Amino acid sequence: MAKIRGAITVNTARCKGCNLCVVACPTKTLALQPNEVNDRGYHYAYMAEPEKCTGCCSCAWVCPDACIEVYRVKVED
Amino acid sequence: MEITDIIKEENKVYSKPELLEEVHMHYCPGCSHGVVHKILAEVIAEMGLTEKVVGVSPVGCAVFAYNYLDVDWIEAAHGRAPAVATAASRLWPENVLFTYQGDGDMSAIGTAESIHAANRGENIVMIFVNNAIYGMTGGQMAPTTLIGQKTATTPYGRRVDLNGHPLEITNLMAILDGTCYVTRQSVHTPANVRKAKAALKKAFENAIAKRGTSVVEIVATCNSGWKMSPEKANEWMAQNMFEKYPLGDLKNV
Repeated sequence: MAKIRGAITVNTARCKGCNLCVVACPTKTLALQPNEVNDRGYHYAYMAEPEKCTGCCSCAWVCPDACIEVYRVKVED
Repeated sequence: MEITDIIKEENKVYSKPELLEEVHMHYCPGCSHGVVHKILAEVIAEMGLTEKVVGVSPVGCAVFAYNYLDVDWIEAAHGRAPAVATAASRLWPENVLFTYQGDGDMSAIGTAESIHAANRGENIVMIFVNNAIYGMTGGQMAPTTLIGQKTATTPYGRRVDLNGHPLEITNLMAILDGTCYVTRQSVHTPANVRKAKAALKKAFENAIAKRGTSVVEIVATCNSGWKMSPEKANEWMAQNMFEKYPLGDLKNV
């Protein structure tokens, strides 16, 4: 069966670390950087468990700063 | 499969709308305004209105909306956005006018302008972001503040005997004959963002078809003013705000 794999990129300079994408992610892929911060001092979002991402776009829909780009691909087994 | 194999231009399914400028938005982290700007930019681009749309920005947190959305804007005096939009839509009938207002702008200082513009049935879209507080000035009580809600000017909670009842201005708009579409949406979950976007699209279709005034209320959060994290603010909104401001279409002619 074909499997859906996804991935996101975060515009780390624009991200304000509001955590809304982390809450919205149904597969618990995302997290905020525990130590790293951007130029403004925000702990930006990143894919903590990238293999779980399905590219559903939930994070991108709720992101107030539009800093998430979503990529999706169908993988044949 | 490696992540670098997935992150390729041909696999892209979502990215920042082009109409949203690269400039850093001044909104607090997790502010609903950002989401509303984003879906507005998407709707305008998808409907091909980039060259036709003119926005009227309010006074309030969204005062700098003209810096963030790459369309034509007029900055109105506090509360006067519907009056300015009325003039602009009558002078330029080929353009599509929308106002972007907060609860202070629409339901306090601009009540008269908003209600009369809606009553005259001006062919404009009124976007009303209701977060039940004056966010920009430091979290004072707004007309839409809930009973018992703590703000800078109601530190023990809003009282009916002292401060009156919360004003449901969208419901007032719905009973006027001039409005054709009045709806209340929110943007706290992906599903709600999609619904709010569909509502905005419908409102712009009404403005193009000159059916009358469309009012789209977005029940929003002000996590800084409410003194909560963005996540907790969304939960608080779902638990408390939707009781007084239930989501859904109030009028759809």
